[in-house]
Amino acid sequence: MSWLLVLPLLIPLSTGILCLVVASRPAQRLLGLLGALGLLAAALALLVQVHQRGIQAVQVGNWPAPFGITFVADHLSALMVLITGVVALVVALYALAEGDQPREQLGYYALSHLLLFGVNGAFLTGDLFNLYVWFEVLLLSSFVLMILGGSKAQLTGGVKYFAVSLLSSILFLVAVGLLYGATGALNMADLATRVGSVAPGLLSALAMLFLGAFGLKAAVFPFFFWLPASYPAPPVMISALFAGLLTKVGVYALIRVFTLLFTQDTAFTHTVLLWVAGLTLLLGVLLALAQGELKRLLSFQLVSHIGYMLMGLGILSPLALAGSVFYALNHMIVIAALFLLAGLLQRLQGTTVLVRMGGLYRSHPWLAVLFLLPAFSLAGLPPFSGFWAKFTLVAAGLQAGQYAIVTVALLVGLLTLLSMGLVFAEAFWKNPPKPLSPSATPPGLVLPVALLALLTLGIGLWAEPLLGLSQAAAQELLEPNRYIEAVLGVSR
Amino acid sequence: MEILMAFLVGGLTAVGVYLMLRPHLIQFLIGFLVLGNAANLLIFTAGRLGSSFPPLVQPSGTVLEPIANPLPQALILTAIVIGFALAAFGIVLFFRAQAVLHTLNAEAMPETLEAAPAPSPVDEVREERT
Repeated sequence: MSWLLVLPLLIPLSTGILCLVVASRPAQRLLGLLGALGLLAAALALLVQVHQRGIQAVQVGNWPAPFGITFVADHLSALMVLITGVVALVVALYALAEGDQPREQLGYYALSHLLLFGVNGAFLTGDLFNLYVWFEVLLLSSFVLMILGGSKAQLTGGVKYFAVSLLSSILFLVAVGLLYGATGALNMADLATRVGSVAPGLLSALAMLFLGAFGLKAAVFPFFFWLPASYPAPPVMISALFAGLLTKVGVYALIRVFTLLFTQDTAFTHTVLLWVAGLTLLLGVLLALAQGELKRLLSFQLVSHIGYMLMGLGILSPLALAGSVFYALNHMIVIAALFLLAGLLQRLQGTTVLVRMGGLYRSHPWLAVLFLLPAFSLAGLPPFSGFWAKFTLVAAGLQAGQYAIVTVALLVGLLTLLSMGLVFAEAFWKNPPKPLSPSATPPGLVLPVALLALLTLGIGLWAEPLLGLSQAAAQELLEPNRYIEAVLGVSR
Repeated sequence: MEILMAFLVGGLTAVGVYLMLRPHLIQFLIGFLVLGNAANLLIFTAGRLGSSFPPLVQPSGTVLEPIANPLPQALILTAIVIGFALAAFGIVLFFRAQAVLHTLNAEAMPETLEAAPAPSPVDEVREERT
């Protein structure tokens, strides 16, 4: 049994449990940081091993593959777990500096690590029903995180989030049940060998059910209105974690099932994906332009950019899939940075309503630069990581002759730049509506944002390694045989 | 038997969806429970119905045919446990929501955040001119 594969699960789980046991606040803070560091180290080691030795699989309890519980790590899973570690570490640093005492005493550290436990489980599992269970693990911790502290806004947002999550869970359960009825298998590798015998019409119908279930979690068109209603409600150390990780789990699940299982009738399923991607892109960014509150605006931007990841999945060429994976990784970093920045601005000005902000460029010029780095990356300007992500997707779209979606993608990039420019003009450039009382930025809060901003710049300037890893991931996704062999053994 | 179950699942789904679409949160929660049971019955039906023996090996080594499929029951058991957890959390959440927001009607709940006007470059130009 390869311990590296289960370490990204064991570390957050044990950290979460220890945080529940240890009541003292300083010990919990230390544990929170150590747990995130450990997770990052384990994820890095896992990625190195996957890169050197190919897809890794573990059968828990030594039950042979289709019967036991399987954990698999290919390049996609390992990369997702790695960036989860990065986001977890940065958010933990931010939470340490924020020092939100009431929420810490209510169990913020324990819950956030249990959330990471669920997220990593979803990334690493090789079984469709286990994926459902992992979703529930991360959902339950996210429900509690969402309403932790119990303010009015949090409870209203929490009720909506709870309702939508229940619906998507049931949809997922029904889809899994029907797929099991049609094939008699639940292990994803085993399923992949059997879906060929299912009637094509039935398989397409099942694919749409899965699209609905995962689409609700990933907040794609037309299921995205719950996200801007709930994500801005909790404090940023929680919403940054949600924005960075939770929707990407939905995207990961979509990428997994639509490359491994539903590849028979791509003319239908992947065209639907392209339409969903285009509409998500366009509606998300247009609604973002209409927002006057920063965290809500960022939530709509988050929705819009999910469309880019689906676009690569819909085109389904090696380059396009590499673009999708790269975009997901880059977006986790960028959107977490922007949410943390929103929290920083709220602390400085007491509001995130754009018309009431202003003048920050004069008082905090470095903060303005720090805002521009992830904002430009989100819009896809060189030399940031977002540029390479968009460039890969656009190049793949042109190669595949999908000009409509390429046009939409480029247009949305432009509109994103406009939206981010408006935020910059409102929050940093214009004169403040009322004179600001000068307040210093706590360096502990700036550090996490700076780390993420430098990371996106670093990936942009030195894109080769991560792009290469994304291409390796895409290669594996397009050759399901390697995945099946790693899980079921070479004998099949 | 399968046909009967199909109608039962369909009926329960209809009831569950109707209840989940109601604005009152308690009705929503009951709808979720009904819909969850519909999903469980669906998995049960998908995993083969009919009179069959438990999947046990006798001391002599013979297996009684036909065997019941044990997997759907394990899946449903897991799903029921998770459904209970979610429902329990939902009841507590709605209890708190009632205490803080003084309503359980989703449509009567206040908007979460201030609906601030979006910044528009046109407005600023206008302001500067006047």
